[in-house]
Amino acid sequence: MRVWRRNYSGRATRRKYYRPSMTEPLIVAENLRKRFGEFTAVDGIDVQVQKGEAFGFLGPNGAGKSSTMRMIACVSPVTSGHLRVFGLDPATHGAAIRRRIGVVPQLDTLDVELSVQENLWLYGRFFDLPRAEAKRRAAELLEFAQLTERAKSVVETLSGGMKRRLSIARSLINEPELLLLDEPTTGLDPQARHVLWDRLYRLKQQGVTLVLTTHYMDEAEQLCDRLVVMDQGKIVAEGSPRSLIEQYATREVLELRFAADGNEAAFPKLEGIGDRQELLPDRVLVYADDGEHALAEAHRRGLEPESALVRRASLEDVFLLLTGRSLVD
Amino acid sequence: MTTPGAFRVASWSLTAYRRFWRLNLLSSLVQPMLYLLGLGVGVGSLVDRNVGSGDVLGSVSYVAFVAPGLLITTAMALGAGESMWPVMGGLTWQRGYHGIAATELEARDIVLGHATWMAVRCGIAAAAVALALACFGETRSWGLIPGVLVAILVGLSFAMPIMAFSIGVKLDGAFAGVQRFLIIPLFLFGGAFYPLTQLPTLVQWIAKFFPLWHGVVVARDFSLGTVDWPGVAGHLAYISVWIAAGIWVATVRLRGKLYP
Ligand SMILES: Nc1ncnc2c1ncn2[C@@H]1O[C@H](COP(=O)(O)OP(=O)(O)OP(=O)(O)O)[C@@H](O)[C@H]1O
Ligand SMILES: [Mg+2]
Repeated sequence: MRVWRRNYSGRATRRKYYRPSMTEPLIVAENLRKRFGEFTAVDGIDVQVQKGEAFGFLGPNGAGKSSTMRMIACVSPVTSGHLRVFGLDPATHGAAIRRRIGVVPQLDTLDVELSVQENLWLYGRFFDLPRAEAKRRAAELLEFAQLTERAKSVVETLSGGMKRRLSIARSLINEPELLLLDEPTTGLDPQARHVLWDRLYRLKQQGVTLVLTTHYMDEAEQLCDRLVVMDQGKIVAEGSPRSLIEQYATREVLELRFAADGNEAAFPKLEGIGDRQELLPDRVLVYADDGEHALAEAHRRGLEPESALVRRASLEDVFLLLTGRSLVD
Repeated sequence: MTTPGAFRVASWSLTAYRRFWRLNLLSSLVQPMLYLLGLGVGVGSLVDRNVGSGDVLGSVSYVAFVAPGLLITTAMALGAGESMWPVMGGLTWQRGYHGIAATELEARDIVLGHATWMAVRCGIAAAAVALALACFGETRSWGLIPGVLVAILVGLSFAMPIMAFSIGVKLDGAFAGVQRFLIIPLFLFGGAFYPLTQLPTLVQWIAKFFPLWHGVVVARDFSLGTVDWPGVAGHLAYISVWIAAGIWVATVRLRGKLYP
């Protein structure tokens, strides 16, 4: 593996100096573990992310997504196992790796007392960009994040979604080859989320490798080429969103809601309809390839739900089927 | 050519400082003036009239005796204060340190960046005090210039160990304790406003343990023109040990916090 040039280099030089082989993935983790004292947050996971890919970590609170991301970002030492990023070992080449990645942490680390553009400029300074170059890139990124009008605003005065967009813009100041996004759209309204998805899609088109964590199924389905579902520090499934749905869920899902406390009473009566049934606090799910047919059968058995909905199966269902728990609390 | 990480981190503090430097500088000028007037005119006239005070103070007026004390305590208070809440904020509230740690910089750069910035801030504040002191005939002296450099060292000798402390602080109430039980007592009993010999021996030893007194002695030597070079070297070495130890412990602790 070539050692990365120490000084900053732009994209053009990068191509000249760095020729990734098709066989070598950007991230390789084997039996990767993270322990905090007695507690095991990441429990022996195997992951490979190829260059140019959009890869997702999906899982409930406490699954170990952030812990994994932080190890990849070289801000959390590996407890045991093997981890390589760009073929380098985070334990010995942390700074060299961090120079080439962009990080959007779960919690913003913006300086709220400074202006939007100052935050970008200073972050550029941390990567030793010349002042003029930092300003040029900041201006571009403000456009990208649709924050140009707020360039001079103090960050404290921004909305939560704007701060998130600024965090993402800031993570791009060093033109990273790999972008790590820990719950990038949590707290954003639907419109802002769609804008962000579009931006991330564009980055992917430019060849940036994306690794993200999310609670949102639609986000994973929209953005990820491939993902792993994590639960209690372990990977419980892996594949493309479509293949996971095909593998673990049925084509359609029937959602039934019964009047007050009726869900539990109705649940046993659904036995045998479709492939599988799940009782949730607020509704009952019936997994069936033909949802309408399942609904007709439920009606035939004398069940009278308050509402019934047939929809396509989603990653949410995959998660529920794999872990028996709902993903979003 | 790359800019040292410490300078990149310090430029962040500089940007923040630019928002309030005018007010800050003004208070750095006004505060010593008030002390000089209060202590010089009030206490000074009492002391100087007292038969025998000249022996204790080394045959100088009280104002001249106190002036270097003002220079050095100003740096101590600034270095200490700026290494409490701002450091905790960088780790817990604003989390700016975590932001830096995600770039190619690391804990050592943050600690050295803080040291660089504290040197600048203490230098500015001490220079302002020196300027105020130079306005009065009794306190005017070329020795104020090396005195500013000593003040920078003393500022760092408090800033860096206190930074190391602040990195582990869970509740910011601890800082009020540091102010009350360390900084204010040193201010009052650290030899800045009267010779340590006036105090019981045990208190003298405690005061001598901390770097403040050593800085005051050196600064006073310079401003009164009674420099004892080997003594100066010893005091400065002692102060430097505090700075080095502070930097080292702060780096180790910050690394543990930033990269759990
Ligand atoms: N620094 C730490 N010290 C001790 N325990 C930790 C630390 N960081 C994380 N943990 C624990 O590790 C587990 C996994 O946390 P992690 O943040 O990786 O989960 P996550 O999948 O990102 O969850 P969320 O969706 O809530 O962000 C949790 O039980 C958490 O309490
Ligand atoms: Mg998380």
